[in-house]
Amino acid sequence: MTTGIYEIVRASASANPLLPAPADIIWSAVVFAILLVFFWFKVLPSFKKNIDARTAAIEGRLAEAEKAQSEAAQKTANIEAEQAAARAERAETISRAIAEASVIKDEIIVKAHAEADSYLENAKKQIEAERQAAIISLRTEVGALALDLAGAVVKQNLKEDKNSAGIVDDFLNSLQKDGKN
Amino acid sequence: MSLLNTVVRPVTEGEGGFEAPSINEFYPEVIFFAGTWFEINRIMLIRFLVLTVIIVLFTMWANRFRKSVATNSYVPSRFQMFGEIALNFVRKSIAHEQLGEKDGDRFLPLLTTIFFLVLGMNITGIIPGLNIAGTSVIGLPLVLAAAAYFTFIYAGIKRHGIRFFKSALFPSGVPPAFYVLVTPIEFLSTFILRPVTLALRLMMNMIAGHLLLVLCFTATQFFFFNTDGIFKLMGIGTFTFGFVFTLFEMLVAFLQAYVFTLLTTVYIQLSLADEH
Repeated sequence: MTTGIYEIVRASASANPLLPAPADIIWSAVVFAILLVFFWFKVLPSFKKNIDARTAAIEGRLAEAEKAQSEAAQKTANIEAEQAAARAERAETISRAIAEASVIKDEIIVKAHAEADSYLENAKKQIEAERQAAIISLRTEVGALALDLAGAVVKQNLKEDKNSAGIVDDFLNSLQKDGKN
Repeated sequence: MSLLNTVVRPVTEGEGGFEAPSINEFYPEVIFFAGTWFEINRIMLIRFLVLTVIIVLFTMWANRFRKSVATNSYVPSRFQMFGEIALNFVRKSIAHEQLGEKDGDRFLPLLTTIFFLVLGMNITGIIPGLNIAGTSVIGLPLVLAAAAYFTFIYAGIKRHGIRFFKSALFPSGVPPAFYVLVTPIEFLSTFILRPVTLALRLMMNMIAGHLLLVLCFTATQFFFFNTDGIFKLMGIGTFTFGFVFTLFEMLVAFLQAYVFTLLTTVYIQLSLADEH
């Protein structure tokens, strides 16, 4: 009975290429079923796992990169803020130093002027004192010389009236010479 | 020359003249289990060979995928990348593109199976030594079309219940009087012609391609070895045409796999659409 049906089906299939032979359908279905099961349970799960893991890894790395980028941006902002603060502090320090230097300079100038005045005053006093001492010494010397002259004049008058005038002139000349020296 | 001999041998062996290819090309002699429901001929063996190659190839890829996940190695090798590109083509360019990610992934096993099975079976038509497509006999295209057919009906019933049939046969917006005309057309186009056209388009393309190739190379054999003088030169033309057409068949093999899978996806998408 089965063989009879088979022969009829096979004969009609051979006559018409649009009618499948039983074996054609059976083996095609087997091939299709095996491949469907193979892809369904073996290939596609591992393929999807692989793709999902890679996607997750890439997304994770992207997130890490974004985080690192934001941290770097934050650090850059901090560094820039620190630089700005340092620049402001430097400017303030410089301006303060300039002000202090100006004050110190003024103090030094005032002090120098005071010292210079003091040195000048002392020098003047010393010169005056030395001048007074010189005058006193001169006066003493002139007095002694006057006494010497007076003594000589007296001696000369006593010897010769003609020579009295020459002696006086010599004395005045010697006085002039001493005054120059 | 071996390709030429392989192609033309069944037709011209032992004969002196030109013999055009016929539909008998697709009914080779039974090799195993003759006279039973499970008889196996050369085309069945080609199908088993393709099945084996696909399983071996994709097992190697699946092992690479698992190894990548296990070792946290996310930079694929060239071999693995090729597998990912192939599978992603079906997943992204066909399934996700038409059905969205959720439904696309739901029907991905079927679509992937159809695509690679059709591609593998088609490509045997131009592989030297095999020289006939596994899809050039109606059985496999019919099984694939039936799978697509039952899947889109299942998808429609699962999403919309029995309303799927009502919406498919009685489209909204049509005046009731026209249903006399529209309903039979819709029934014919949706429930009869869709699977039939899927199967026939694939099979006829492969049959036509095979017959053309056999014709070219048979003619080449005839011109080179059974004619004299200037007729021998015509063999160069037929051989060139056969070679070019072999390259074209590569494109057709891929294109038919793509069209079959895409149409299956579109039918499923139409069944899932909200207008039902």
